[in-house]
Amino acid sequence: MTAKNTALELIDIHKSYGNLEVLKGVSLSASDGEVISILGSSGSGKSTLLRCINLLEQPSQGQIRIAGEALELVSGKNGDLKAANMRQLERLRSRIGFVFQNFNLWPHKSIMENIIEAPTQVLGQSRDQAISRAEELLDRVGLLSKRDAYPANLSGGQQQRIAIARALAMDPQVLLFDEPTSALDPELVNEVLAVMRSLAEEGRTMLIVTHEMRFAREVSSQVVFLHQGQIEESGTPEEVFDRPRSQRVRDFMASHT
Amino acid sequence: MELLGFGDLLLSGAWITVKLALTSLVFGLIFGLLGAAGKLSRFWPARALATFYTTLIRGIPELLLVLIIYFGGSAILMAIAEQFGYTDYIEISAFAAGVAALSIAFGAYSTEVFRGAIQAIPKGQWESAQALGMTPLKTFFRIILPQVWRLALPGLGNLFQVLLKDTALVSVVGLNDLMRQADVATASTKQPFTFYMTAALIYLALTVLATAMTTWMERRADPAARRADA
Repeated sequence: MTAKNTALELIDIHKSYGNLEVLKGVSLSASDGEVISILGSSGSGKSTLLRCINLLEQPSQGQIRIAGEALELVSGKNGDLKAANMRQLERLRSRIGFVFQNFNLWPHKSIMENIIEAPTQVLGQSRDQAISRAEELLDRVGLLSKRDAYPANLSGGQQQRIAIARALAMDPQVLLFDEPTSALDPELVNEVLAVMRSLAEEGRTMLIVTHEMRFAREVSSQVVFLHQGQIEESGTPEEVFDRPRSQRVRDFMASHT
Repeated sequence: MELLGFGDLLLSGAWITVKLALTSLVFGLIFGLLGAAGKLSRFWPARALATFYTTLIRGIPELLLVLIIYFGGSAILMAIAEQFGYTDYIEISAFAAGVAALSIAFGAYSTEVFRGAIQAIPKGQWESAQALGMTPLKTFFRIILPQVWRLALPGLGNLFQVLLKDTALVSVVGLNDLMRQADVATASTKQPFTFYMTAALIYLALTVLATAMTTWMERRADPAARRADA
């Protein structure tokens, strides 16, 4: 097996809100092309962990490396870490795609404008260049016909596919999914999972916080189970789903299948 | 317009009223945005300054503000001019004093409208822009502000109606606006009802026009509705 480059590395991430410690030292590393699913019951800290990676949430302690480059952090006044260098943070953020539970498309912009906004404003692509790339991506998620619609005209599943296309338009090194199907009606979940599956198949590096157990099992190269802010168990899908060592993971699996 | 020969005078007054209202609106919106930015700032001096501004201005009658700026303004200008050896009486224009007073007042009230609208934008809107690497400034101007505008429009339209009629206050410092021209016409013809009623109808017409404009802008600001129109 050839050694792959590390796309993302988290080292000893802690996060506290006041006295409540939500993350108690989580370390995680994703090689290029790896798909890591992060499982756990609500309140286990999985979303917080994901949001710490691009500093939507400020970790209290820890290190973050994107493709070998360490995110420069300094202590803020409230004791949490903040970016030492906003430029660097913005550059690294532009290389980390983030897909939200609630899509967070911009309602005042058309679908096309939503997708080309960051490529033109952050990467400095020309409008034409950004549009032709956006058309490819819209075609890929099956929504090219909606290019001039507004988010409010779309179903939840369609909005999430657009949100994925928006993230892909930046050609990110890593894609982070924060419960991407949790806000969807059950019949819309599969269209989003199908897009994510095709991304996994083409070798994208992805971290997925999800409750879709079957999906996690099928697409992941690694499964991480969080409990009360710590990694309770991690391993291949077979190890974690079929032969969990921890009783907690066994109980969780029993109640989620 | 006939009106005993005073029709043109009233119309010229109405024109000044419109100019005063629109100029004050432009500056007032700027003050309001700055005020809201101050109130929502992470830096406490900015918050304190913005709070002082809205508390002070909203705590005094607009008429008093007009008088203070008109008379106080020329006193301050004269004091400054004296330092440079200029001792003649300086009078500031009633129009400028009116714009200053009305836009400062409009700014104080619209600060709260803008603040409410900015806070009503879901946090996820900021987050999705920042997660793509956009700077806070670009996020604010390209993602947040256009949405703030839509939410703030009804409140701003309301304040503009108040502003339109507050322009009448500037007539006390001698601005030849609609109100003052109605006074002038009344004084020389002794027909107060005719001229005050005419002035009232003109104010009403302007207000109706402003309402129609606001409604049109509200529709335009809602992309989903705009698309349905097309």
